[in-house]
Amino acid sequence: MTRRVGLVLLAAALAAFLIAPDRFAPLLRPLTTNGAPAIYTQTSLLRLALSHLALVGAAVAVSTAVAVGFAIFVTRPAGRDLLPLARSVASIGQTFPPVAVLALAVPAMGFGAGPTLLALILYGLLPIFENTLAGLASVPPAVIEAARGTGMTPAQRLRAVELPLALPVILSGVRLSAIIALSTATIGSTVAARTLGEVIIAGLLSSNSAFVVQGGAVVAALALLISGLFREIERALTPAAQRPGG
Amino acid sequence: MTTLRATGLPRRAVAPDLPGAVAALIGLGGMALPFVQFRPNRIVAGEALTLPAALGARGTAVLAGLAAVLLLAALGRQRPALRLALGAAAGLGLTLALGAAATALSAGGGTLARVSPAAGFWTMLLAALLLAADGAARLEARPALRWLLLAAGVAAVAALLRSGVLADVSVLREYAARAPQFRAEAVRHLRLAFASLGAALAIGLPLGIALHLQRGLRPAVLGVLDVVQTIPSLALFGVMIPALGWVAAHVPGAAAAGIAGIGVFPALVALFLYSLLPVVANTVVGLDAVPAPLREAAAGLGMTRGQVLRQVMIPLTLPVLLAAVRIVLVQNIGLAVIAGLIGGGGFGAFVFQGLNQTAMDLILLGALPTIALALVAGVALDIAVAQLRRGAA
Repeated sequence: MTRRVGLVLLAAALAAFLIAPDRFAPLLRPLTTNGAPAIYTQTSLLRLALSHLALVGAAVAVSTAVAVGFAIFVTRPAGRDLLPLARSVASIGQTFPPVAVLALAVPAMGFGAGPTLLALILYGLLPIFENTLAGLASVPPAVIEAARGTGMTPAQRLRAVELPLALPVILSGVRLSAIIALSTATIGSTVAARTLGEVIIAGLLSSNSAFVVQGGAVVAALALLISGLFREIERALTPAAQRPGG
Repeated sequence: MTTLRATGLPRRAVAPDLPGAVAALIGLGGMALPFVQFRPNRIVAGEALTLPAALGARGTAVLAGLAAVLLLAALGRQRPALRLALGAAAGLGLTLALGAAATALSAGGGTLARVSPAAGFWTMLLAALLLAADGAARLEARPALRWLLLAAGVAAVAALLRSGVLADVSVLREYAARAPQFRAEAVRHLRLAFASLGAALAIGLPLGIALHLQRGLRPAVLGVLDVVQTIPSLALFGVMIPALGWVAAHVPGAAAAGIAGIGVFPALVALFLYSLLPVVANTVVGLDAVPAPLREAAAGLGMTRGQVLRQVMIPLTLPVLLAAVRIVLVQNIGLAVIAGLIGGGGFGAFVFQGLNQTAMDLILLGALPTIALALVAGVALDIAVAQLRRGAA
């Protein structure tokens, strides 16, 4: 309960800051030197936050569709041969540093949102893929057997039994992906993507800590809110999903 | 060993192999893409050449060899060891072809000419490595053999780089122009990654043990560390500069102790903060997982609480701890790149300099060693964890 109250308060504070950042200037003023501005005004913070979220949302949506689809494929009889390879590619892929992926995407796609989107998608695939595999593997064989016994086709079993039971674990993979993407998207500003990283970089370039703090705080607040929201959904789904067929 | 699997369908003697087919599709697609990019100097855009266009008949021969390997893999499943060898050989062949193409092209282009790998090279290399990875994954080798394979892979790459066959490839030209700086940044990068890991272990282990003993403290401490993880790396690194600068200026003795708002120190502290959560959380999880009867048996033998902790609990927790070390080390090697943006050095210095100048070779000079380091660290610690689990079982 306290967690929910905390989330609502955080959401309210974030909304207030994004809508009327000037009101918060006195709070950030002590971090500035030589009368530098306390609030980033080059671009509206609200617009940057929305574009940041849009980038993350698009990337996570693509990652989820691809990763869940692929994880389902390699756990069916037709694709099972690919499982060992997919596993090792996923674990190797996880060691690739996001910044390196981002930097390497630039020459292929130019500066802007493109390389950031690609890096976010690539990096978001792995947690979702791993969690979907784990979720599908956690479905008790007896349950699948029972579903088969009632005459369900493989497709029906997948839709009505396996996926609902695996959903909480899949969602926690999506949450992980979204959090990583939120943080990585800030680095996207180094390749000219429109994200909250712009504020942080402006702060780094002009040695204005107020900019660094407000950019970082907004991203951190977004991450906490999204993570909290996902956890609520996971919790709401888990008991219902544990009832077979429910 | 048999490669047949119970798929519910009888298998023909020669059945198409799915992983092989995927690699073949990628590799054959890569043949249509340009193999190298040739530029009169390192800044301007240049022309893209396929392997035969760059290397003539020799290039065609390499492509034919690769196509043969890929078709072989797609049409039937080799023994894992053979497939690993085929994939490795294909990768080696492609790399040698890249070196030869660079030498041939820059012979006519003067010292400023740049030949860099293009999409075709990377795609075909990916196909070769997929084959090798499929072989390695199905080999299900013991840790000793996996160590040997890892060492062989590292030695092969080192030998390739030292032999000079790749000397005319743009990344290595870039390296030759700044070898001393490269070595300095490499040392700095490693120091950042390992020193922050060491500090996280020194603080995180006792903290984890304390949380294991005092359940009441868990929500607060783990909650704070959780929030630290959500701060974007760019901001955490950035905030450290003024924060530590203030500490150095206002806390007596801090500056003398090496605390500073510039250079490596802010990056080190930021990495340390990110490392704490995995270390602390895994210590708690690992200690909690030690079966109570074992703990009680040790206590029954007359061991003190400290002895139980040191001689029973910690050894049993080691695999989980090592898993945390893997997470932290791989993460820190990657995140240390950000230090390049705030003047902390490391390979990130090349990456961001390259991004500023839109100089691909410079980006590669920073990104490739970072990826290689993270990869080797990840694989090595995976093997170590497997070895410990095997020993414990």
